[in-house]
Amino acid sequence: MDSKTIIMSAVTLKNITKTYDNGKVQAVKNVSFEVAEGELFGLIGPDGAGKSTIFRILTTLLLADKGDAVVDGDDVVKSYQNIRKKVGYMPGKFSLYQDLTVEENLNFFATLFGTTINENYDLIKDIYEQIKPFKERRAGKLSGGMKQKLALCCALIHRPAVLFLDEPTTGVDVVSRKEFWDMLKRLKQQGITILVSTPYMDEAMLCERIALIQSGNILSIDTPGNIINSYPTDLYAAKADNIHQLLNDARQYNEIKTAYAFGEYLHVSFKIQEVDEFEKYLTSKGHTSIEIKKIAPTIEDCFIERMTETSQGVNIEQGAGNKE
Amino acid sequence: MKELSTINNKQSTSPAIICKELTKQFGNFIAVNKISFEVATGEIFGFLGANGAGKTTAMRMLCGLSFPSSGEATVAGFNVYKQQEKIKKNIGYMSQKFSLYENLTVKENIRFYGGVYGLSDKQLKEKTEELINKLGMQDQLNKMVGELPLGWKQKLSFSVAIIHEPKIVFLDEPTGGVDPVTRRQFWDLIYDAAARGITVFVTTHYMDEAEYCNRISIMVDGKVEALDSPANLKHRFNATSMDEVFYQLARGAKRSAD
Repeated sequence: MDSKTIIMSAVTLKNITKTYDNGKVQAVKNVSFEVAEGELFGLIGPDGAGKSTIFRILTTLLLADKGDAVVDGDDVVKSYQNIRKKVGYMPGKFSLYQDLTVEENLNFFATLFGTTINENYDLIKDIYEQIKPFKERRAGKLSGGMKQKLALCCALIHRPAVLFLDEPTTGVDVVSRKEFWDMLKRLKQQGITILVSTPYMDEAMLCERIALIQSGNILSIDTPGNIINSYPTDLYAAKADNIHQLLNDARQYNEIKTAYAFGEYLHVSFKIQEVDEFEKYLTSKGHTSIEIKKIAPTIEDCFIERMTETSQGVNIEQGAGNKE
Repeated sequence: MKELSTINNKQSTSPAIICKELTKQFGNFIAVNKISFEVATGEIFGFLGANGAGKTTAMRMLCGLSFPSSGEATVAGFNVYKQQEKIKKNIGYMSQKFSLYENLTVKENIRFYGGVYGLSDKQLKEKTEELINKLGMQDQLNKMVGELPLGWKQKLSFSVAIIHEPKIVFLDEPTGGVDPVTRRQFWDLIYDAAARGITVFVTTHYMDEAEYCNRISIMVDGKVEALDSPANLKHRFNATSMDEVFYQLARGAKRSAD
């Protein structure tokens, strides 16, 4: 959000609800949020959270059951034709023409939107130059990373006001993911509003504001920093030589609130503060090389906390493991 | 090579997987380039690599689905050239993409896969009960698999993949797109299987999950560029996370494909 004095909403959703299968499946439940002009906004959640449904409603490809949505000043139902001209959409599934070459695809989309590659070349230059050596290659023969770059070029070629990216980094390795987010930062600098979804919690930190979403419900909306600051308890990382046994023992401990694996550590929180007692307990259980330290929560910790707090009966310790 | 073969000397059982200079070439393109490693019985082995590094090709050879161009490998003691069918009977496999039949019920899926792996009616009955109790899915038994949430599907799919108590289970990105709570429950199941002696060979894009493996290998451009415990790898690359280790290795990759 730059130094603009009045920040307009590029995207507004009010009480959007969408069901499938005659109301049996509730994909999106009464969701409301706004994305400011020029903002990089992330929808963070696992498969089945409702992310793609929200994208399809906003790009006028799907009608909501209830609620209103406005994109760049136009209503998604009444003025759907206007919206289609000025948004860019990159669906989760690769949707370009596999039989056309890289250049033919790009030309096709430019023509469709009444423009040319040259007219907006400055916008896609950085990205397109990386795939230009393969411009004669058919899109179907490109690697995953290159397909992703071409799809982004095609979504940008008409200089859209709002860019919708539905899980652009799913199934992509760490290196390509980093490159992709660098590209998004540069696009943001050009003033394009970006709504992006991802199942990778670590990518949340790269957005200005995020909505955590699960089973069609928004769990929280805020800046990543504020979401982390509002984590309700102190959080500790713990490890010992036998980490799996440590997890089982931690879960049996009376004063434990949550305990779950997180990379090489466990993340644990307590009902009441008693780290020293916990350490004594672990020692009495025969653990060696015990390390416990206070840490700042990650977005994934916040997601887990919101999920278990608001849960539809979800319990992290339930359903598996060696619980007795 | 010498280093690799010493890993399992302590084990009384032979390694679950032995790979020696295993290679697969398509025309001029060397998809898998002389990879060598051993996986111990009961080990959780993470098989990582950038897109296009050759993971899928290597896995297909180890599962008895494709013949190597050269090199040697045995899986569960069976030769990848001559005993492909025996390999298939002694392994389990699941991936994010291929799992269960959506329009069969939970019970029918269990019966189908149990049948394919040659379980008797009695074994099937016992296994079904055990599996359902363990997953707490008593109420879902007669539901279509397509109606289950993704997390449940993946947990069921894993349990079905090991219904015949295979020596090794291959997991190809089993937790992609799954919520963080279910992802952890899934790893509880993996630990459980490993504790029962089932060897786990797993690929993932989540670097925190790499930490849950006993050892991991990282493939770059068809070669295994690193193989060790997560702690040792972080130490060697002077990195604080597996993410960094992976990034340092994969950044130099020349190939990028699916």
